[in-house]
Amino acid sequence: MLWIAIRMLTGDAQKFYGLLFGIAFSTLLITQQLTIFVNLIERGASGVYNAPEAEIWVMDPVSRTTDVSYAMPSTALDEVRSVPGVEWAVPHLRSAASVRTKEGDLEQVAIIGVDDATLIGLPQNLVEGSKQALQQPDTVIIDDGGLFNMFGPGADVMGERLELNDQRAVIRGVADSIPAFTSTAVLYTKYSRALNFVPGTRNRLSFVLVGVSDGLSAGEVAARIEEQTGLKAQTRDEFAEAGVDFIIENTGIPTNFGITVILGFVVGVAIVGLTFSLFIRDNIRQFGALKAIGLTNMKIVRMVAVQAGMVGAIGYALGVMSTAIFLWSFSGNPFFKGFYIPWQIPLISMGAVILILAITGWLALRSVLSTEPASVFR
Amino acid sequence: MTAPASPAPTETTAKTSAETSAETAICARGIVRDFQAGQSTIRVLHGIDTDIRSGEMTFVVGESGSGKTTLISIMCGILWPTEGEVKVFGTDIYKLSDTELVNFRLENIGFIFQQYNLIPSIDAAANAAVPLIAKGMAIEEAREKAKKLLDKLNIGDQAEKLPNQLSGGQQQRVAIARALVHEPRLVVCDEPTAALDASSGRRVMDLLREVAVAKDRACIIVTHDNRIFDLADRILVLEDGVVTHDGTEMPDGH
Ligand SMILES: Nc1ncnc2c1ncn2[C@@H]1O[C@H](COP(=O)(O)OP(=O)(O)O)[C@@H](O)[C@H]1O
Ligand SMILES: [Mg+2]
Repeated sequence: MLWIAIRMLTGDAQKFYGLLFGIAFSTLLITQQLTIFVNLIERGASGVYNAPEAEIWVMDPVSRTTDVSYAMPSTALDEVRSVPGVEWAVPHLRSAASVRTKEGDLEQVAIIGVDDATLIGLPQNLVEGSKQALQQPDTVIIDDGGLFNMFGPGADVMGERLELNDQRAVIRGVADSIPAFTSTAVLYTKYSRALNFVPGTRNRLSFVLVGVSDGLSAGEVAARIEEQTGLKAQTRDEFAEAGVDFIIENTGIPTNFGITVILGFVVGVAIVGLTFSLFIRDNIRQFGALKAIGLTNMKIVRMVAVQAGMVGAIGYALGVMSTAIFLWSFSGNPFFKGFYIPWQIPLISMGAVILILAITGWLALRSVLSTEPASVFR
Repeated sequence: MTAPASPAPTETTAKTSAETSAETAICARGIVRDFQAGQSTIRVLHGIDTDIRSGEMTFVVGESGSGKTTLISIMCGILWPTEGEVKVFGTDIYKLSDTELVNFRLENIGFIFQQYNLIPSIDAAANAAVPLIAKGMAIEEAREKAKKLLDKLNIGDQAEKLPNQLSGGQQQRVAIARALVHEPRLVVCDEPTAALDASSGRRVMDLLREVAVAKDRACIIVTHDNRIFDLADRILVLEDGVVTHDGTEMPDGH
């Protein structure tokens, strides 16, 4: 009978495709929006991810994220270095600056000063140039997303001169980095040179990046640093999470995406519910005949469940595939750089699909089950 | 699943059972059926006692609204009587559980609905094979069996067509095949000729006589088509929910 159930469904091509479309559309909307949402809020932690060596971030107690920080006196560096369990500690400067390009455009950029000696604080890889180029005078390394935004796709910027807060800077490398949430361009340079780019205030040390001695956990050492220096110390994971939380708390993003996801669900229920109940209504006499001939309610339920399950499985697969194709087709755009579909999201949209079909299937089933077999003689 | 191997003896109150040696297929006693119409209750059947025999074609005739459809629905286990009991081949069907009753119908009863109610997206052979498939037979095997029956009904060459590619008469033959394919012991048919002109109606009835009537099978035809009354072995006349005649011929004055 399940074969008959499937044939009943696929035989009505219009409604079958309508149902597939409804499920696929809901799946796409939910999966795609959740994916963009998760990837976007994870950008709140891009500063942490772009400095992969740092196991602990030490900062002024009022600092919240890599981008929302309050500078410390330069003596903080030595205080941190004196804490047992700190294998190494390097200064890290993060600040905003105005840049004037050769064409005379004005842009707001982020300046990141990394340790002169070790270059800790730079992203892992460069797309162009070498990290050692920072040893040459006036050198900055631009992040690939910023390059795209400031100079357009595929521009050759090696050797390009910039005017940074009235100082001369030359681009000698492009970093392979995760874009910041705000997609502002980031210029990496040596700490000592960053001090020159950033207008002089007394305290300019934003963070101290710390590596932990073998055999100790980052959590333990962070606790020790806090105890001994009175500064705030967070492990890499904690600080990444703080960056994400900051985005969630301070933007309307969760609400906006939440509304779209709910809309996807509601649209799914509407399209699928309507089409499915139309399908059932069209076939109600056939279902009645089957009941009279001798199909138990249990078998009827199984038939409808198979119909719903088939629509769900194919529609869901189409929806997830469309999401993947969508992301893939935008993968050249730096906004989507590093976008991935966390495994939980397809599960969530599968849950939504199951819920949609459970609601609409149940509504449809009610009318089938309440059909009197005797009605077939009327 | 609950089909008894042999018909149980029925009560001896049936008026005409002495006249024939045929087995009693259905024994209905004291059948009352009420319908709720708004606030009031309408009694459609007023205590019907009747027997239907195997090996015969029994007509249930009467004016429209006299309760024919209600009566056969009760006799074939798809409508609960308000009062009374129905034994089909000895089984008191309304004492069965819901599931048992459904399975009893699947095993024992073939239905020919007026609006054939074929499934539009499966071909004629598969439609005719539905009762076999419902009983769990493999699709191909069931279709082969159904095809043989379609051959017998002279539409073997249409077996692979969808219902909407068939004429009304052909669809009805598919519906007849579906009612007979699992060799039920009782076949019920509501107004088979209502939508047909005189000669096609006649042909369908001849066909039904040929394929549906068998020694150990009872066949009930509901009709108010007086052009075909002569084909009946036995005629039950219903008037306003009461059996007013039960015999081999129509009574005078009809
Ligand atoms: N489900 C129902 N609800 C209410 N009244 C019904 C129902 N089924 C039949 N009736 C009434 O019962 C009477 C007999 O109907 P029916 O058995 O269909 O007669 P027939 O088949 O002889 O034309 C009619 O008056 C009809 O309106
Ligand atoms: Mg009727």
